[in-house]
Amino acid sequence: MDAMATGEGRREGVRDRSRVCKSKEAEIKRINKELANIRSKFKGDKALDGYSKKKYVCKLLFIFLLGHDIDFGHMEAVNLLSSNKYTEKQIGYLFISVLVNSNSELIRLINNAIKNDLASRNPTFMCLALHCIANVGSREMGEAFAADIPRILVAGMDSVKQSAALCLLRLYKASPDLVPMGEWTARVVHLLNDQHMGVVTAAVSLITCLCKKNPDDFKTCVSLAVSRLSRIVSSASTDLQDYTYYFVPAPWLSVKLLRLLQCYPPPEDAAVKGRLVECLETVLNKAQEPPKSKKVQHSNAKNAILFETISLIIHYDSEPNLLVRACNQLGQFLQHRETNLRYLALESMCTLASSEFSHEAVKTHIDTVINALKTERDVSVRQRAADLLYAMCDRSNAKQIVSEMLRYLETADYAIREEIVLKVAILAEKYAVDYSWYVDTILNLIRIAGDYVSEEVWYRVLQIVTNRDDVQGYAAKTVFEALQAPACHENMVKVGGYILGEFGNLIAGDPRSSPPVQFSLLHSKFHLCSVATRALLLSTYIKFINLFPETKATIQGVLRAGSQLRNADVELQQRAVEYLTLSSVASTDVLATVLEEMPPFPERESSILAKLKRKKGPGAGSALDDSRRDPSSHDINGGVEPTPSTVSTPSPSADLLGLRAAPPPAAPPAPSGAGNLLVDVFSDSPAAQPGLGPSPEEAFLSELEPPAPESPMALLADPAPAADAGPEDIGPPIPEADELLNKFVCRNNGVLFENQLLQIGVKSEFRQNLGRMYLFYGNKTSVQFQNFSPTVLAVQTKRVASQVDGGAQVQQVLNIECLRDFLTPPLLSVRFRYGGTPQSLTLKLPVTINKFFQPTEMAAQDFFQRWKQLSLPQQEAQKIFKANHPMDAEVTKAKLLGFGSALLDNVDPNPENFVGAGIIQTKALQVGCLLRLEPNAQAQMYRLTLRTSKEPVSRHLCELLAQQF
Amino acid sequence: MQFMLLFSRQGKLRLQKWYVPLSDKEKKKITRELVQTVLARKPKMCSFLEWRDLKIVYKRYASLYFCCAIEDQDNELITLEIIHRYVELLDKYFGSVCELDIIFNFEKAYFILDEFLLGGEVQETSKKNVLKAIEQADLLQEGSLSHLPSFLQFQKLL
Repeated sequence: MDAMATGEGRREGVRDRSRVCKSKEAEIKRINKELANIRSKFKGDKALDGYSKKKYVCKLLFIFLLGHDIDFGHMEAVNLLSSNKYTEKQIGYLFISVLVNSNSELIRLINNAIKNDLASRNPTFMCLALHCIANVGSREMGEAFAADIPRILVAGMDSVKQSAALCLLRLYKASPDLVPMGEWTARVVHLLNDQHMGVVTAAVSLITCLCKKNPDDFKTCVSLAVSRLSRIVSSASTDLQDYTYYFVPAPWLSVKLLRLLQCYPPPEDAAVKGRLVECLETVLNKAQEPPKSKKVQHSNAKNAILFETISLIIHYDSEPNLLVRACNQLGQFLQHRETNLRYLALESMCTLASSEFSHEAVKTHIDTVINALKTERDVSVRQRAADLLYAMCDRSNAKQIVSEMLRYLETADYAIREEIVLKVAILAEKYAVDYSWYVDTILNLIRIAGDYVSEEVWYRVLQIVTNRDDVQGYAAKTVFEALQAPACHENMVKVGGYILGEFGNLIAGDPRSSPPVQFSLLHSKFHLCSVATRALLLSTYIKFINLFPETKATIQGVLRAGSQLRNADVELQQRAVEYLTLSSVASTDVLATVLEEMPPFPERESSILAKLKRKKGPGAGSALDDSRRDPSSHDINGGVEPTPSTVSTPSPSADLLGLRAAPPPAAPPAPSGAGNLLVDVFSDSPAAQPGLGPSPEEAFLSELEPPAPESPMALLADPAPAADAGPEDIGPPIPEADELLNKFVCRNNGVLFENQLLQIGVKSEFRQNLGRMYLFYGNKTSVQFQNFSPTVLAVQTKRVASQVDGGAQVQQVLNIECLRDFLTPPLLSVRFRYGGTPQSLTLKLPVTINKFFQPTEMAAQDFFQRWKQLSLPQQEAQKIFKANHPMDAEVTKAKLLGFGSALLDNVDPNPENFVGAGIIQTKALQVGCLLRLEPNAQAQMYRLTLRTSKEPVSRHLCELLAQQF
Repeated sequence: MQFMLLFSRQGKLRLQKWYVPLSDKEKKKITRELVQTVLARKPKMCSFLEWRDLKIVYKRYASLYFCCAIEDQDNELITLEIIHRYVELLDKYFGSVCELDIIFNFEKAYFILDEFLLGGEVQETSKKNVLKAIEQADLLQEGSLSHLPSFLQFQKLL
């Protein structure tokens, strides 16, 4: 009668509410009445019996589930926990599970009740308690029970074991520190052998989670999982009785086992590996068999296993045969009538595209994928198709893919336009063979989807055009044509304004695009544009005055107009006033200097790629590099998940900027005034940039200033009053300078130089991009040095005493800041008079780029991931050389540590090899470096490989380090 | 799995199960957003969608939507079958289950779910074993199952 009464009672009340109450207000009124009633029952003088308590607690739950807040009844629910009646206890637990409240006194009571039930030896009660812990999963519960549950897990009854395993998993996820590891690990792993399939099903989830933290402790699970999987995969569809689901034997367990295996590299034991490969093949074979049932459940369960198998094959990335088979299988799904399968096939192929073994196989499906992009009715499927096209793109198909994506963009859903724009921009840049194609593509982007072209994208095209003089004329011509469209997007006006301002002179010879025509074309857009664009155009106009003196009068007229000089916007007004004055006051020479062409932008990671990553999270920049199939990179990468991470990606800008252009940009403009256009264009963090809008006063003035020429070596120190002579006074370094320098590559202290007169000692310390160096000049003679003046080129130093007494020592302190990466160390010039004869000496200061190394610890997997990412040929430098010193592992280790990188153990499969990682910290940028040193004792040789995101850095570090062994 | 939601075509939430700690406010926001998103989808569309950093797997049975949020590396198809197995369990237990069974016997729906999924992971896939556990519990309560009058005309889920 118990249940009947509850059900009836509630149903009566409820039916009134949900059926009769038509309006929301009536429902709320009704519920408030009910709540008041329950409250009065709970508060009443008469003690409620268990049955009524249960009834009202259940009503409260029901009201809560209808979407109303409940703020009482917790105490009554807790009381129910200690009832002897199962149903009362059950409702009590349900209430606690659904309406958790971190009310501390209650938690204590709840924990008490749970404790009693766990100790009851009644499996039904124990399960209720375990379910409650698993549902709440709070830290308090973890503290109270995490230590007890492993015992139940290994020794309890089957049904209790299952709940205990997943209960522990939940506690572990919430607070890993509370779950003790150790003695019971082996027994948990052995649950994989349990007779009861349900126990295995629960245990695999737990092990999959735990083994990620302690892979070694759980290593034995691999062979157990393989044999379990093998038994399931080879069993007939009826063998497993109730664990067979629509003719598929144990699909959930199979999927979980395959997931567990993805936590480990391929098994080392040949027998285990053989058995596993057999399993994987069986799954692939079964996928080809005719279905045993027409029901979708059958095909879903079967394909769930198939997709998980393919994930494992991709994870291993070592079986070309299986990878290609997987790809063919997915290819069949691309045209399946089930939307779900098409979706998953597209998704799964994306990861296959990044494997060197299957990349080509994926590419054969390009037409199907393009067709999917055009015809799929579900936007999420089209999205997957676009992702896959992006992933399969390489130099061979870039033009086709980019043009298809552009075509798609015209009709694409608004939700994904921005992403498509970013992808097209990245692919166009990455695989551009001729830059006119690149420029066309980006302008097309602006034409088709101008609203979705973010600043990053159009800044980028400006950077590239500025840096590549072979495309400037074409760019000017193309934007000029594009601007002739009656309605063109404001972003086009921005790009056009900037490019014509810089390079309009390249097309000025053609009467159709003579300077006045260019100007009037731009100015025809002026009034329709936003303040930011108008500000940019004003800058273009002043550049025109410089480029084309014949436009001066017209432009001055425009600047002088009241609408500019008295513009309500302070930025526009200021620009108009200052440009007008500049054009009337300054001489042609001054104007030409001020408005000189923009210097090349420093090479850096594409800000677009960074944006795509921010948008999509890790894995977004996964387009495959051509050089990915570099065989030398493979041996070290075996068996590592190919997922790229967001950190230290190879710079895709490398293609267009810097690396292919022979000399690296020598004079980066000083990154001063944060608001100025120049800085905007190459800032890659939109958060930090105010954009083109109103900016600080100095902003556009500094835009006009020619960038301050800076030493390419870019070491600049303590701004103390300079006491140095001009650099031209410094002689060439002495012949031994390089050798002396090499002694300091791996250490910071020692004697830098010594002759009969003078000894120079060095003590230095470096942190991040800063360093402090003490130079000690010792006079070895008994005679005073006069006019003693040590100076360091490019490093401003503090003056030292100009006399050094015989036998005395003076000290000089240098503060060093590394602004950007550099190749040649600063020079130290020492001059003095000794006994009337002038002496002069030039040395290389022992500051090499590796001094700004910050060691980075990382796990093997991260290392390999990053190693793979730095796979462009330019990013790697390798040297094979003969050992100059005895090959002692400890000495080598010390040298590598002295070099500055972290030494990573357990990364290289060969323990003889050394693997290191670090980041070079400079003010302008950070360069991630990975290194690997392989000694060959027999041949007395070393092979040294360096990978960094910057070519010169890789080469330079490799040279520096190779001389040390 | 991070959570499971059951809601009706009218957008009324019928059952919610959260396997990650979230505040009530967040839960409400997520529910509102997801219900809206899923209801807006057309019948022939794919059962999976990306949502925030999760994958949503959903399926409609008669008037009810079953909607699960799984993590990036989880398997979509097997999740779809988790939903189906749960519906089968409800159907077997209630005998031709319909939305109203779940409304009025919500506690049973929760108990069955707990036997099947715990902490967001599949605990027991055997239909027999799950129902045995529930029926054992039912034996402990004196009294029979209450079923709803059929005149209420709710569509069967299966």
